[in-house]
Amino acid sequence: MSNKEFPQQIEENLEGTTVFNIPFPKDDDLSVLKKLSPIVYKHPYSIEYNYSYGLDSPFFAGLANKRFIVCREPESGYTYATPRGHDMYSGKETEWVEIVPEGRIHGFTVCHFGSEAFLPECPFVLILVEFEECDTLFLARLIGVDPNKANIDWIGKKVKGRFLRNAKLKPTDIYFNVVE
Amino acid sequence: MRPVYIVSGGVSKFVKARHDKTFQGLVKEAYDYALADIGIEHPKFFELVDGTVASYFSDHFTRQLMAGIMAQDYLGMCPKPSHRVEGGGATGGICFQEAWKSVASGYMDVCLAYGFEHMSHVETWKGNEFIALASDVSFDYPVGGFYSGYYAMMVTRHMAEFGTTVEQLAHVSVKNHINAYHNPYAQKRMRLTIDDVRNSPMVAWPLTRNDICVMSDGAACVIMCSEDGLAKLEKETGQTYHKVKVGGIGRGTDAMRMSDRPHQSYEDFYKYNALPNEMDDDSKAYYKNLWDKGFRYPGIHSFRAGRMASREAYKNANITDPMNEIDFVELHDAYTSSEIQTYEDMGLCRYGEGGNLAASGKVFMPGVEYGLDLPEKPICPVNPSGGLIACGHPVGATGLMQGVFALWQLQGTVEKHFSDPTLQLKDAKRGAIHSHAGTGTYVTVSIIEKEN
Repeated sequence: MSNKEFPQQIEENLEGTTVFNIPFPKDDDLSVLKKLSPIVYKHPYSIEYNYSYGLDSPFFAGLANKRFIVCREPESGYTYATPRGHDMYSGKETEWVEIVPEGRIHGFTVCHFGSEAFLPECPFVLILVEFEECDTLFLARLIGVDPNKANIDWIGKKVKGRFLRNAKLKPTDIYFNVVE
Repeated sequence: MRPVYIVSGGVSKFVKARHDKTFQGLVKEAYDYALADIGIEHPKFFELVDGTVASYFSDHFTRQLMAGIMAQDYLGMCPKPSHRVEGGGATGGICFQEAWKSVASGYMDVCLAYGFEHMSHVETWKGNEFIALASDVSFDYPVGGFYSGYYAMMVTRHMAEFGTTVEQLAHVSVKNHINAYHNPYAQKRMRLTIDDVRNSPMVAWPLTRNDICVMSDGAACVIMCSEDGLAKLEKETGQTYHKVKVGGIGRGTDAMRMSDRPHQSYEDFYKYNALPNEMDDDSKAYYKNLWDKGFRYPGIHSFRAGRMASREAYKNANITDPMNEIDFVELHDAYTSSEIQTYEDMGLCRYGEGGNLAASGKVFMPGVEYGLDLPEKPICPVNPSGGLIACGHPVGATGLMQGVFALWQLQGTVEKHFSDPTLQLKDAKRGAIHSHAGTGTYVTVSIIEKEN
């Protein structure tokens, strides 16, 4: 079955993990292998998704056009500040409603550490915004405050949304400033 | 449903990195311990066990799909029935309850529940990213996905709503780290002070590094059985085991996005969420006052899923006064603040009173020196093992670890397993274990009791 017209060896290169002189017993006594230190190697892994926002897509289109739209159940009027295609109580489809992105800080934190993707941005301020027209909250970044002067009094402060000039199609296309 | 006994359990030492073994090896470590503790070897146990339930949270950490079957295979459990469960931080608690269901329903007489997480394959900041993917990736994660950040927002609201203080949070950290000082399985065995907690590096204001649990490598397992299963095991080994049974279970859920949490009326709270110990006139007046001041329930300061899980478990176990009818609680203290929030959900105090309870002494261990001025004596110690904050949180193992520590507490065998009697409660008859996911999305509560 072996065919010498085909290469019989894998062509080796020095890419990826390449190691030399890993210790191994030279005699027949393999019991010492129980004392071998664990082998740890680096393995990069990345994925590019073709991610769909599905029913929430109009929200991001709104941000890209500097419009803030939320979802309202047509009969009860229950309004979600964070988009949701169907109401959790009636099960009915919600409709899009535009509001002015001005509200108050419901809860906040200053992240001095974070996930790898956000480490370069530390410290950053996260807030949950409450809007008068809405029954639920919206998670956003608060910009323009001293992160080292966090104070519980920040809760209840009035905030106003600002849109990125160059939309990234992320919820961070809108961020908030404190309104003095 | 028929009675379900917990006959044995095992826990691997929780540490930051176990490079010496893959996840299968960690599970094997816990499994071998559990078998040795009841004096049976694998071939005989394999003849008697009907199946298993596997528990691990994230495929990302191991970069391995179907890791459950690999553990099943490594343990030598094939071709017995098995399935994997996943529910964020509550994965272990769900696994515990699925094993219970397997036995209680009559499907199995002997069931092994095992769980693990091998988190050290990535750096902490990448691990935080994986964990943050357990938040809405359209609306939450991109804003700054970080679970400590989400919980810190709950804290600030709890502080604003109820006047909870960072010193009260620090009491939880001191308690749990000092408890863990006597637990050889724990990852962080430290004698901390309030100042140590507050002066440690700030992670997400106001939570410091010592307010937050750590990632961990570890495994745990629990063996459950019916009366018939217990008889078979006892016949095989010639031993008589402690009769510790599951007294009742409960589970609850809530919206994935913290921003979507509803705000129920006072009337609905009393209709759907209140516990038997909140039905007195004083409590009704207390809550009416909160609602009159604009209180939202559950809002972001409370976990409705935890309350519903507690309510169901208490109903099933005939508990009407949890603080006085439960001898200890092993609860999911991923954060000092979430321990305080959970006191309230579990009815150890009313909503809004968790901060004061944390610093009161009622949830501390008797006979342990904490270096704190605690005004009251222990009633219902919470996290006698040290909890997640000090033991570590290898997610899929954590809820089962709680089950094992609760079992040993009720067996009266803590000294045997810890080589230290300090954490053994005298005459503990009933404990509760509580497992919690996400920002309060899945929560399980299981009651474990010594049979009279």
